[in-house]
Amino acid sequence: MAVDDKMVQRVAGLARLTLSAEEVPHLTAELNNILGWIDQLQAVETGNVQPMTAVIPLKRDWRADVVTDGDIQADVLANAPEARHGFFAVPKVIE
Amino acid sequence: MAALTDLSLAAMKAGLAAKQFSARELVSAHVTAVEAARPLNAFTVETPDHALAAADAADAAIAAGTAGLLAGIPMGIKDLFCTKGVETTACSNILKGFRPTYDSTVTANLFAAGAAMLGKLNLDEFAMGSSNETSAFGPVISPWRAEGSTAKLVPGGSSGGSSAAVAARLCAAATGTDTGGSIRQPAAFTGIAGIKPTYGRCSRWGVIAFASSLDQAGVLARDVTDCALVLEAMAGFDPKDSTSLNEPVPHYAGGLTGSLKGKRIGIPKEYRVDGMDPLLVKLWEDGVAWARDAGAEIVEVSLPHTKEALPTYYIVAPAEASSNLARYDGVRYGLRVAPEGGNLADMYGATRAAGFGAEVKRRIMIGTYVLSAGYYDAYYLKAQKVRALIAQDFERAWESCDLLLTPTAPTGAFELGSKSADPLAMYLNDVFTVPASLAGVPAMSIPAGLDAQGLPLGLQLIGRPLDEMGVLDAAFALEQRAGFKAAPARWW
Repeated sequence: MAVDDKMVQRVAGLARLTLSAEEVPHLTAELNNILGWIDQLQAVETGNVQPMTAVIPLKRDWRADVVTDGDIQADVLANAPEARHGFFAVPKVIE
Repeated sequence: MAALTDLSLAAMKAGLAAKQFSARELVSAHVTAVEAARPLNAFTVETPDHALAAADAADAAIAAGTAGLLAGIPMGIKDLFCTKGVETTACSNILKGFRPTYDSTVTANLFAAGAAMLGKLNLDEFAMGSSNETSAFGPVISPWRAEGSTAKLVPGGSSGGSSAAVAARLCAAATGTDTGGSIRQPAAFTGIAGIKPTYGRCSRWGVIAFASSLDQAGVLARDVTDCALVLEAMAGFDPKDSTSLNEPVPHYAGGLTGSLKGKRIGIPKEYRVDGMDPLLVKLWEDGVAWARDAGAEIVEVSLPHTKEALPTYYIVAPAEASSNLARYDGVRYGLRVAPEGGNLADMYGATRAAGFGAEVKRRIMIGTYVLSAGYYDAYYLKAQKVRALIAQDFERAWESCDLLLTPTAPTGAFELGSKSADPLAMYLNDVFTVPASLAGVPAMSIPAGLDAQGLPLGLQLIGRPLDEMGVLDAAFALEQRAGFKAAPARWW
């Protein structure tokens, strides 16, 4: 399966990556090269195989439904590019 | 007496216990070595104050008889581990200036054992690379040089700062992380030892995520004994990591015997690939002879889906990365680029465009594509199924052997810039390390010999889930017989 510039733009939109006009054809070629190589997997017979979802099967223990952490507002906001009134601040969302 | 920086970690422990030198003397010698080695670009941040404070605490603990397993041992920390109050960036512009308000579980364990952090170590951006050339802090230069050459070589990746720092005698050991080979390949390239334990052995809490079903912390150190000592201090159950294994951690260093009597070592025939360095083939045969000499029975085994491991990895890892890296959007930490008059979506797009490097963008794009509607079944689900087959290959192999012996990487270290233009050529470096990552089993690289240019080559041991002890002991047996003593001559 090959991708074109339009598909690359669409995927970049999904990934929230603004691409420059020069980057798009470059990425299209690179992705096609990699996807072409990955396509060899289609030849592997996987009809009755269950997809792997865990590396080591684990049964998790239950714990009491209680608060174990918190009251660290200053820590949470310490690295924010912009914080106001105890919240993360972002550009206006609603006009 | 040898210089303090030339001692192995075990010898440092013995010297400290016998009061031949103080932890302050030991750590100071390493602080000086780190400062003198800046041309290697191995460290992104130097933390001499942290190291010396830990040294003084270690001297007090040694005097009081309460010293921990790593009291006063100078270590480097890969900059993927969050360290409280010390800049942690994953070597990405998008996290420049990020100072965590907490320690990762692994670094907290190491500091509780008394380790002295000399600084944070360079890596490929978000651990995506095999040569440490994608770092926003610039490439790490290997302390090794080919015979008769001054060309700059890569230290491997992604734990390239870790491998360079240990090989150059700047620290006794370093933490690493391994997603597809990022501990084992750099260890092989720089003539040191490195172990990736079973998935879940070391907590991932506070380790900046790349591909969560593959990421595993481990150790790079000069030899097998040193790896065993550090792994024991790092590993252990952590309720804060939902994939952490609630299993007791053995006293690894105490379990090293060097005997392989009663052990069956499998040689997977699919690892004999075209174009392998003839000296590497010879070294692999030497490894077989060493294992036999240590008492092992050698058996040929088959891992039929070896060839499919790399393409599977390059679906699974980017898919998980695209999801994990969605958090870097200019809101909670790191870089923010807000175009004049732009809205929130514009800020997300511009921040990520400015903050991520080319390789990270490439992998986010692949990952987003293989997870997107219409392509999920053909790529991601298919890869999850092939991954199950790869894991089954290993389970079948364990029916006829206890451990596997393979080369670590198809070649020795290469020159800076020689593979950067071709992502696929770079990916092929991990052909021997990726299968064990996909299966989640423990694996280790040890230095075993030199190539025609005088550069190190490594052998890899792969074990059953949770059998780090078996892997370490077999590596110890081979290490004794390999007699690898080569070290880079100082040019920096």
